[in-house]
Amino acid sequence: MNSPSAPVSFGAFVSASRDRGRLVVQPRMGFGDPERMRTGLAATRAARAATVGTITLDSYTRVGDHAAARRAIAAGGAALNGYPIVARPARETLDVLAGVRGHRFPVQVRHGSAGPQDIFRALLEVGLTATEGGPVSYCLPYGRTPLSVSVANWRESTEILAAHSGTEPEPHLETFGGCMLGQLCPPGMLVAISLLEGLFFVRHGVRSVSLSYAQQTSPEQDREAVRALRRLAGEFLAGADWHVVLYTYMGLYPRTPEGARSVLRQAARTCVSAGAERLIVKTEAEAHRIPTIGENVRALETAARAAEAEPPGTGGDPDSETYAEARALVEGVLEHSDDVGDALLRAFAHGHLDIPFCLHPDNAGRVRSYIDDAGYLRWADTGALPLPPVARRADPGAVTSANLLSTLSYMERRHDSRVRG
Amino acid sequence: MRSITQSTFPVDSGSVTVLSGTSSDSHTWNLVFLQLLLEEAGHRVVNLGPCVPDRLFVEECRTRTPRLVVVSSVNGHGYGDGLRMIRALRDAPGTGRVPVVIGGKLGVGGTLEDERAEDLLAAGYDAVFADGDTDAFTVYLSGPVVRAAS
Ligand code: B12
Repeated sequence: MNSPSAPVSFGAFVSASRDRGRLVVQPRMGFGDPERMRTGLAATRAARAATVGTITLDSYTRVGDHAAARRAIAAGGAALNGYPIVARPARETLDVLAGVRGHRFPVQVRHGSAGPQDIFRALLEVGLTATEGGPVSYCLPYGRTPLSVSVANWRESTEILAAHSGTEPEPHLETFGGCMLGQLCPPGMLVAISLLEGLFFVRHGVRSVSLSYAQQTSPEQDREAVRALRRLAGEFLAGADWHVVLYTYMGLYPRTPEGARSVLRQAARTCVSAGAERLIVKTEAEAHRIPTIGENVRALETAARAAEAEPPGTGGDPDSETYAEARALVEGVLEHSDDVGDALLRAFAHGHLDIPFCLHPDNAGRVRSYIDDAGYLRWADTGALPLPPVARRADPGAVTSANLLSTLSYMERRHDSRVRG
Repeated sequence: MRSITQSTFPVDSGSVTVLSGTSSDSHTWNLVFLQLLLEEAGHRVVNLGPCVPDRLFVEECRTRTPRLVVVSSVNGHGYGDGLRMIRALRDAPGTGRVPVVIGGKLGVGGTLEDERAEDLLAAGYDAVFADGDTDAFTVYLSGPVVRAAS
């Protein structure tokens, strides 16, 4: 039995909220200063919504440059873009968490590291057991670590976490694969990578996982993607505790407060209508700078109100184009090996997985994507993906700085222009 | 790093322009965008990609003898990372007085305060561009510093 203040398991908290019909909302919050981090967690907890807390780590910690993190701490810590959990002594992090986390408020650590062993040890040391990432999604978009090194690091890290499986709070790992570079990746690919990373975690001993998917340019297509992810999770992750988490749009964000809220409300509605249990919000400051605590709380409450107003979807998780595409990609990968990590490596080497606009040397770079007239993200060229080649479109022409920026600004234009009229 | 672009613009066959992220910054859309912008202005670009360690940055600038070096950062650490990089480059033998510029969202408050931009200039950058200053950058590219270097 848990004592009243014993920290709750992340997965258990989310499923209890689902049973009560409440969408769990979560910020992407992280500050270099411990006092501010603590105040931010307390404010998240006090928000009028079903919330979980976040400690987002800074970029030095992400790339393993703890010496640079220490120098920034010595200068006050305010210039860091997140909380340096490895460079700070455990007792300072325990002070950040004391009296804040508890049986009604789990806290997750968010990072972005292709070698998170130190990070996982540091969070376990302070009794935290929920975090996120993945061997592919925290490698290709996050720097220059070779994919093979990232896969080896993630095997080790997942096992460090999984060594605590079966003890409370139950370790929980969320995939970042549903985001990748944040924009211009067709949903079938995001769903496939998210599912495969979830499978990687489960095969390495984690019993409670969440599968991410990031909002893209079309609400219809997003609903299809969330349902496809649910269906694939049912098929491939039987026996594990799982839920789906939606990320509010991760690409170039609207610049006006009203435009920013409009994207956020749309994301909350997608969760409820398509059956995602948790939403990571974005704030009005997204296009400009790291958000304040107040901006985060407003975003959490805006999302919660939008979710309450949306009727839950019905109709299960039917067949769809996104499901068929994701399933073909997943099967294509798993044909390479019984070991998910090896299968991922071989699939990328053959271009059977391939991310548009990714500069990483281990990405084949043969695919192209575009946004169609209805706002759907589609393949312009499927390269070597195990998918039917696309019907020949009119030549999309060369990418220029102007047309790239215009494509990236699709959501900004749509949502900001509603305000500008 | 892989190039996603197949430039169709006539580029300078002479010396290259080095484009680089900073050691802690993993963002790449900024780099893809700037590579295109530079190519459209006639530059042959070597894109070092994201998370470039200082040593690699200096080494590439030394061996490639570029006409221009462009540093881009948006993760909020650009001020600190950018200072370290320019000091390392200006201290390194054999890198001459190549023009180096930096831009993006250089602080966690987004755009940098004026005093901090002054620090970057004092440390050896030839120009500092705020988030959204791409027009000023285009003007700079056609100006005397870059032309003289080519
Ligand atoms: C996409 C994105 C990501 C993707 C990046 C994928 C990839 N490989 O590129 C992912 C999800 C991985 C990501 C991760 C992170 N991100 Co991010 N990301 C964004 C986002 C949403 C869009 C960026 C984008 O695509 N821009 C399109 C390109 C073309 O434009 P741009 O980068 O804005 O650059 C423009 C100008 O700045 C200028 N420019 C840039 N450099 C230069 C250089 C020169 C010389 C000149 C003249 C001009 C110039 O030109 C561009 C066109 O105008 C922005 C917020 C936003 N803008 O909406 C946040 C943002 C940049 N991210 C941010 C942060 C902090 C992070 C993380 C540290 C996570 C975190 N703590 O939240 C990690 C990075 C980890 C690391 N090691 O660095 C912050 C930075 C805060 C700040 N500076 O104050 C932002 C602003 C979000 C926010 N409000 O918190 N991110």
